[in-house]
Amino acid sequence: MANTTTVTRGRGSSPSPGHRRKDAGRVRASGMPAWSIPYLLLVPGLLVIAGLLLYPMVQLGIMSFQKVGLAQVRGTRPAEWVGLENFEKVLSNDIFWSALRNSLAFAFFGVSLTLILGTAVGVLLHRLGRKMSLFVVIGCMFAWAVPPVAQGVIWRSLFDAEAGIVNWALNLLPDWLAAPPDGQTSWSGTPWLNDTLPLYIALVICVVWAGFPFIAVSVLAGLKGIPAELYEAAKVDGSGAWHTFRKITLPMLRPVFAVLTMLSIIWDFKVFSQLYVLMNGPTNRDGFNLSMYAVAEAFRPPQKLGTGAAISIVLTIILLIITVFYVRQIVKQEEM
Amino acid sequence: MSPIARKRLGKVALNAAGLLVFLFATFPVYWMVSTGFKENDQIFTTEFIPFPTHFTFEHFERVLTEGVANNSIWLYMRNSAVVALGTVLIGSAFALLSATAIARFRFKGRGAFLITLLIVQMLPSEGLLIPLYMMVKRVGLGDQLLGLIVTQVALTLPFGVWMLRTFVAAVPKSLEEAAWIDGASRLTTFWKVLFPLVAPGLVATSIFSFITAWNDLVFALYLMSGSEGYTMPVALQFFFGQEGVDWGAIMAGSTLMTIPVVVFFLFVQRRMVQGLTAGAVKG
Repeated sequence: MANTTTVTRGRGSSPSPGHRRKDAGRVRASGMPAWSIPYLLLVPGLLVIAGLLLYPMVQLGIMSFQKVGLAQVRGTRPAEWVGLENFEKVLSNDIFWSALRNSLAFAFFGVSLTLILGTAVGVLLHRLGRKMSLFVVIGCMFAWAVPPVAQGVIWRSLFDAEAGIVNWALNLLPDWLAAPPDGQTSWSGTPWLNDTLPLYIALVICVVWAGFPFIAVSVLAGLKGIPAELYEAAKVDGSGAWHTFRKITLPMLRPVFAVLTMLSIIWDFKVFSQLYVLMNGPTNRDGFNLSMYAVAEAFRPPQKLGTGAAISIVLTIILLIITVFYVRQIVKQEEM
Repeated sequence: MSPIARKRLGKVALNAAGLLVFLFATFPVYWMVSTGFKENDQIFTTEFIPFPTHFTFEHFERVLTEGVANNSIWLYMRNSAVVALGTVLIGSAFALLSATAIARFRFKGRGAFLITLLIVQMLPSEGLLIPLYMMVKRVGLGDQLLGLIVTQVALTLPFGVWMLRTFVAAVPKSLEEAAWIDGASRLTTFWKVLFPLVAPGLVATSIFSFITAWNDLVFALYLMSGSEGYTMPVALQFFFGQEGVDWGAIMAGSTLMTIPVVVFFLFVQRRMVQGLTAGAVKG
């Protein structure tokens, strides 16, 4: 087990200098040497992380090379090794490629629009008066706090073919701006969520709506950290607003943006609940993204957990690459 | 235009933009709540009806008394609450121990543990779902809320520890040392000195875990096969019926599910920003 190896590793080597001075060789009333205390405190956390996150990740890797169906879930038959067959099956399937394309395109548009809107709102909040700023922040909190399933429900209703107000609003616009689809005299009845492209437009709007407050609040916190003297100096030098933004604000906020971008990419790649509600469960295979495809493959009868695992492995590798950058950025800024 | 007039106009424009952002953020939430109070003829129309002119509790009443998928909504609410509270209780205890270890001690493997925390909280839960599903079924926790609690503890623990460690670190070490000098044991010091001072941090991480577990769809959907074990996010799906969507009911249900999250969220959003962006945001 992970915890025992850590403990033995600690015993052989001396504790860090700061500690030796005070604790070395001291044995408390409980009978445990002082150096062992942090390791004992870590036992439950390590058990959970090793047993329920890291071990399952290894299992996922193993399963991706196995045939795992209902019999294996029940434990009546051991899993059969199939080598790369799962990956071959997955990679030769059109659904995988459309799911990958959907995930990539969604992440690109979702992340860029969330960042642009979030940054704009963050700058706006910084310039608003104290009361107005608080008012807007509280409004944004509502969008941010709504559970993902409820987000999906809300936007599904707004994009509803008959009762949705998206169609109502489009009807209001002059035809040269938004002409009804071919063969229709009005937008009413246009089903948005049946086809992949409009489905993803709805998903992007939903995720941008729910995601921009986090960006805005983070950017606002970053802006508050920039010394006011820099802006005063720029003003004295006669720098314009856009110039100041590019030469002072952006460079100062670079670490914030790095972290926000990576977090947004990770979240948008993993998006599941909102898509699940908008597309009414894993029904429309063309509309799958990678997480939906993995889950649908693994759990829709006939259960194919092996191929589901293979798809998850692809998704995990993509996310791990982005995570490495995230971790590096955080480690750079934090003293650990 | 005089500079003063220009400045005033700029201020008006800024405030107008702020109002627009406010409306964009809150309108969909308002739409959810208000639809729950509208009569059906006001819901199923291509017209835009900004607020319910015939205010009705019919949908809320129907959802609360009739339920869905052969069970009362209270059962799903209870399941959700059991899972979320169970996650909070187990998760917070574990998180506090780990956070204390990280914030109070320098030990071999500390940096590795911190980096592991950062990495595992980014893992895709849909990927973890597949092996965890196998594990939970094998140990006989399939279809039991405890199985769901266990998975939620795993998913929330890394960020919980990450968030809580800053609270523990903020408690001055001298306070604890003073207690030791007075002869208190480490354990007494922990309970009498550290615990009360990190209580706000525990509340913050607990709320975070509660929200995550309360919101979860994918684990509840696939670990539970009978409607007895469904949580609110899963139960809501059943209002999207074969014959059409019961918007009044689903909006009422969504509102009921959203209320606790919004209330709790207002307390912890700042902490969540700090936890996620760590040193990147100095604010």
